[in-house]
Amino acid sequence: MPTASPFRPNIARESTNHLKPRPIWQHYHRFNRAKGLQIWLLVGFLHLLWGRCLRRIDSRHIPPHSVRRRVYNMNVTFLLNGETVEVEAEATRTLLDWLREDRGLCGTKEGCNEGDCGACTVMVTDTDGANALNACILFLPQLHDKAVRTIEGISGPDGELHPVQTAMIEHHGSQCGFCTPGFVASMAVGHLTGRKDHDDVLAGNLCRCTGYAPIVRAAKAVEDTPTPPWLNDSLPQTTAQPYAPETLDELATWYAANPDATLIAGATDVGLWVTKQLRDLPNVAFLNRCTDLRKIDVNKDTIHIGAGATMTDVLGVMGENHPSYAELIRRYGSEQVRNAATIGGNIANGSPIGDNPPALIALGATLHLRHGDKTRDLPLEDFFIDYGKQDRAPGELVTGVTLPRTAAALRCYKISKRFDQDISAVCGCFNITVENEQVTTARIAFGGMAGTPKRARAVEDALIDQPWTTDTISQAAEKFADDYAPMSDMRASAAYRLTTAENLLRRYFAELNGQETSVLEVTA
Amino acid sequence: MSVAKPLPHDAARLHVTGAARYVDDIPTPANTLHLSFGVSDIARGIVTAMNLEKVKSAPGVSAVITAEDLPCANDVSPSIHDEPLLCTGDIHYLGQPIFLVVADTHLNARKAARLAEMNYDKGTPILTIEDALAADSRFEDGPRIWTKGDVDQAMAEAPHRVQGEINMGGQEHFYLEGQAALSLPQEGGDMIVHSSTQHPTEIQHKVAEALGLPMHAVRCEVRRMGGGFGGKESQGNALAVACAVAARATGQPCKMRYDRDDDMMITGKRHDFRITYDVGFDSKGRLLGVDFTQITRCGWAMDLSLPVADRAMLHADNAYHLPAARITSHRLKTNTQSATAFRGFGGPQGVLGIERLMDHIAAELDQDPIVIRQRNYYAAIDKGGLSAPRASRPPEGIFEQKKAGTGQRYGGAYSPKPAVHTTPYGMEVKDFILNEMTEALLETSDYQQRRAAIADWNAGQSILKKGIAFSPVKFGISFTLSHLNQAGALVHVYQDGSVHMNHGGTEMGQGLFQKVAQVAAHRFDIDVSHVKITATDTGKVPNTSATAASSGSDLNGMAVANACDIIRDRIAECLAELHQTKTEDVRFQDGHVHIGGEKITFAEAAMTAYQNRVGLSATGFYKTPGLAWDRIKGEGTPFFYFAQGAAVTEVVIDTLTGENRTLRTDILHDAGASLNPALDIGQIEGGYVQGAGWLTTEELVWDGAGRLRTHAPSTYKIPACSDRPDIFNVALWDAPNPAQTIYRSKAVGEPPFMLGISAFLALSHAVSACGPHYPDLQAPATAEEVLNAVRRATR
Repeated sequence: MPTASPFRPNIARESTNHLKPRPIWQHYHRFNRAKGLQIWLLVGFLHLLWGRCLRRIDSRHIPPHSVRRRVYNMNVTFLLNGETVEVEAEATRTLLDWLREDRGLCGTKEGCNEGDCGACTVMVTDTDGANALNACILFLPQLHDKAVRTIEGISGPDGELHPVQTAMIEHHGSQCGFCTPGFVASMAVGHLTGRKDHDDVLAGNLCRCTGYAPIVRAAKAVEDTPTPPWLNDSLPQTTAQPYAPETLDELATWYAANPDATLIAGATDVGLWVTKQLRDLPNVAFLNRCTDLRKIDVNKDTIHIGAGATMTDVLGVMGENHPSYAELIRRYGSEQVRNAATIGGNIANGSPIGDNPPALIALGATLHLRHGDKTRDLPLEDFFIDYGKQDRAPGELVTGVTLPRTAAALRCYKISKRFDQDISAVCGCFNITVENEQVTTARIAFGGMAGTPKRARAVEDALIDQPWTTDTISQAAEKFADDYAPMSDMRASAAYRLTTAENLLRRYFAELNGQETSVLEVTA
Repeated sequence: MSVAKPLPHDAARLHVTGAARYVDDIPTPANTLHLSFGVSDIARGIVTAMNLEKVKSAPGVSAVITAEDLPCANDVSPSIHDEPLLCTGDIHYLGQPIFLVVADTHLNARKAARLAEMNYDKGTPILTIEDALAADSRFEDGPRIWTKGDVDQAMAEAPHRVQGEINMGGQEHFYLEGQAALSLPQEGGDMIVHSSTQHPTEIQHKVAEALGLPMHAVRCEVRRMGGGFGGKESQGNALAVACAVAARATGQPCKMRYDRDDDMMITGKRHDFRITYDVGFDSKGRLLGVDFTQITRCGWAMDLSLPVADRAMLHADNAYHLPAARITSHRLKTNTQSATAFRGFGGPQGVLGIERLMDHIAAELDQDPIVIRQRNYYAAIDKGGLSAPRASRPPEGIFEQKKAGTGQRYGGAYSPKPAVHTTPYGMEVKDFILNEMTEALLETSDYQQRRAAIADWNAGQSILKKGIAFSPVKFGISFTLSHLNQAGALVHVYQDGSVHMNHGGTEMGQGLFQKVAQVAAHRFDIDVSHVKITATDTGKVPNTSATAASSGSDLNGMAVANACDIIRDRIAECLAELHQTKTEDVRFQDGHVHIGGEKITFAEAAMTAYQNRVGLSATGFYKTPGLAWDRIKGEGTPFFYFAQGAAVTEVVIDTLTGENRTLRTDILHDAGASLNPALDIGQIEGGYVQGAGWLTTEELVWDGAGRLRTHAPSTYKIPACSDRPDIFNVALWDAPNPAQTIYRSKAVGEPPFMLGISAFLALSHAVSACGPHYPDLQAPATAEEVLNAVRRATR
């Protein structure tokens, strides 16, 4: 196996327990499968090509002003259903609109225009392999050098059906049919990558007609059928893309000179600025080509995650190291959203309801920032100053986060109206050390309880140096009211948030004492 | 033999390949314009000034239309003309369309619509039930009240009394395809409209009124919808009319589709209800008198609220005999979206009212709620009738019996006289089969054993609790506005033997077209592949009723059968004459026609008939017999028959957070002799999950200003894949309908929705394991509400 690649985070690690049933996150170890070698060969080949291009680009000097111009009408090259297309497009033209309006490919549907329903799901292949993504919040420049398969290209060139399409017919998986192309796209990606956790694969696809049962029956029925040959896209030869920096150095220089620009990584948030708020973004940079920004390093005691790592990447690395954090990420957005969203975006946007910060704060993570050549580090909790206000200077960007590799007592709890693809009403993360029945350290952080992700310091103080008992828990739980004054909104009332925060401490205590606490683990 | 086969949806292959065409997928002429509404951002008030200059000068805008610009009727109401397309000065809800932008692209129209400068004289909106009752803001003069027997006396004499209240939220349809319409102007001022609608005739009608044209000048075509669920019965009117008036104004094709947020902010949803109950019962839990008060927020316009509220009253009994009852219904007018049709059409709300009451009585008497339910069921029908359970397939020829006049409808002259119960509205319940269905389901679901096992499990758990519950549904089939119970069809047989089929029903995913095609194929006994399913078109079949009230296959199946039979009889007559035999000796079988001893293909028969100058096109018609209904008095026979079903659901809750999941669901549902068991099971599975969603995760939240805060899937949570039951067993009862429906099938669109109530009741049961008090669970039972109920149970 190659040891490192600039194209993908270094997450494929030897697994010693592959005879056991695999937990969800291991499905993200794409290269543990039989296809791995084949793909690695491909990756290796592309690596050579890519390296050559990188050197070529690196050897050029790109002055900041040359990319500072309004980034309209970019030239983008990608494979569409097996054919190379070259598009001159506005930076924020979505793939969905382009497919439907310019190409007349109307099989891909608009259901919500915000990445929450999956009707627009397409298969996007890059050097990492195939991913399901929401075309409605995918800007054309993000596709440069990638391969896109829409529903029209999931069937064969002569109209042959993909096995999941046949199964969907045979199992009555479509009724009104409007969500069906998106389901088929997600299922085809799941099929290609050998996934059997269909509920997770399909969590980002909403169906209002079938109740999902026949769709899952269809997915199960074809788990072991071979991938149709026409889906093996060879990626287009890499070409330069001047508006998207190739390295962190380049990006940092450019951003320092363009502090008003919008940085676009996965566009799962910025996408909605365009599709829902109808904002014009005159100056943008796409980060998806900064491969060094996406790197994940698993060291002996720490894990460093580059800001550009997608949540799918993060899920992959957390499975072995922080399983409770991995379970939180399993419910973060959806397959399509995790494939696009980056951890840096989730931190940098400062949302009080992002799910990464509570977990990272509970872990005592350090945030890395960079402004031009200057770098600085700070405890992540200090980054969040107030609602909408972070400790980040104009032109300064989040480059990554470092967290401890082990924290056996870390537990992350996400409370939302719906289990999958829902924003947390409350997200509570606990990391408490108990030695000799005595609490020695406690780090507790919550999302959804304040204007920022925030530590529960009063609760922590009430726990530290106290005996690990229900009395201590009850006394400490009362302190949540000192730490938080949550608000009421459409997701939950203030009272529910506070009560639930208290009860999550009780759940933590019960769970660490071996009690059954999760409805997700109960069967009939 | 194509009826009763589990064939896939007719468009399944088109669906899975992305080739199925919806309104927004139809290729349009290059000069097509795109529309967007500018909407109000206050819930009540008067527009004092409106500056649209920036809208007009925005990129790509070619016209901006306000109420004054409309050539004729400014009305998109399906009922009493109280719903202007564009605001005439008075703002009635936040999200109300005020002006219409016509632009070169969808995006430019949306962008321009946000540039208006509006000045309002703000009023105080009437938002809640309390607001509306205080202001006496309502539709109709006062509450509608239906009574049966002397309720007050029955209650006064009852040994037990219980009072309670259940609030149930509304529900967003969340059809995956948003509302959409496309208008193509024709010569002489005519208009063709493509609309994502359940009611093409209404679109035709409203567009004709808006353009000042007779209906013949407007043609509406609907090939399919990407989901409807009632949300496209009347809510598409605004888009179709907007497209038509803009097309008239510009002379160019006009298309409009709502962005999802606009769709949710503008269109109506399921009616939310508060139902209070006061019930008198004996020590066995048998009902003696029941007094229901149903209060619903109808929103700002009448739309279909009266029949919705009527149907809630009509289902206040669900499956139970009420010896004495009073049902009071308040239809409140509020400054919110105009609540509209949604699968069940008030029925689910009425049913939840009495299912909650049953649950409450059982808790009072500390008995298994199933026992209380069974004791109150309507009387079982006599076993000698046609209802022998579980026929494996529809009895062939039962349809013909009707024609020959020899069939015995249950309850007819030859049947023994059973003790027939009557509903609170005076209709005899003569086809009640839930007694047997319940027994069967309790057995297949292993209910008793599991209920005991759950009690044991709960005893060993401090944080998690399981619950299990049963609920039945008996749903009345027919439009309660009796004249709507009619349908037309148009069938052509071509000289090559292929068949072109058209009817007034619309396809929204339910498989209506396939079921009716199976009927058509069966009438000629040809393979269903020879029947071409065609788009619903007001130019082919006029004066259609909405595809609603679960009636699609009942009505259109019969109309198509009628048309096919006319052609078949003509062919038979022609062939009989040519072969010098009797018409009765001509048989259509297995794609062939047998004439005495001879056998020719159906195609040869069609060619022969054509060459002998036989008309091979016919219209068909059907009207439901025996309906008589007085909605003011609440008396009569509003329904042709009752569709029934039952479910058992098991759930688990977390008593610390209120999080909950459905672990297992068992359903036994009555689709009569199913026309297509696969499609019917699809309706049942989907209906159940949608019904459970209504009562669990789907919460509509308005803020104090009347702004809907849950206007996108990011905040409004319909069930996702993992929310379906882990174990999901669905079976059909599969006994022929005693009523003379098409092949003795039963309607199946709406009834299974109400089986989702069992999930809600199971949550209530799980909560009741936490403490001695009745949980008083309210809907939707979000995690927060479950946690509140846990607190009530333990307090």
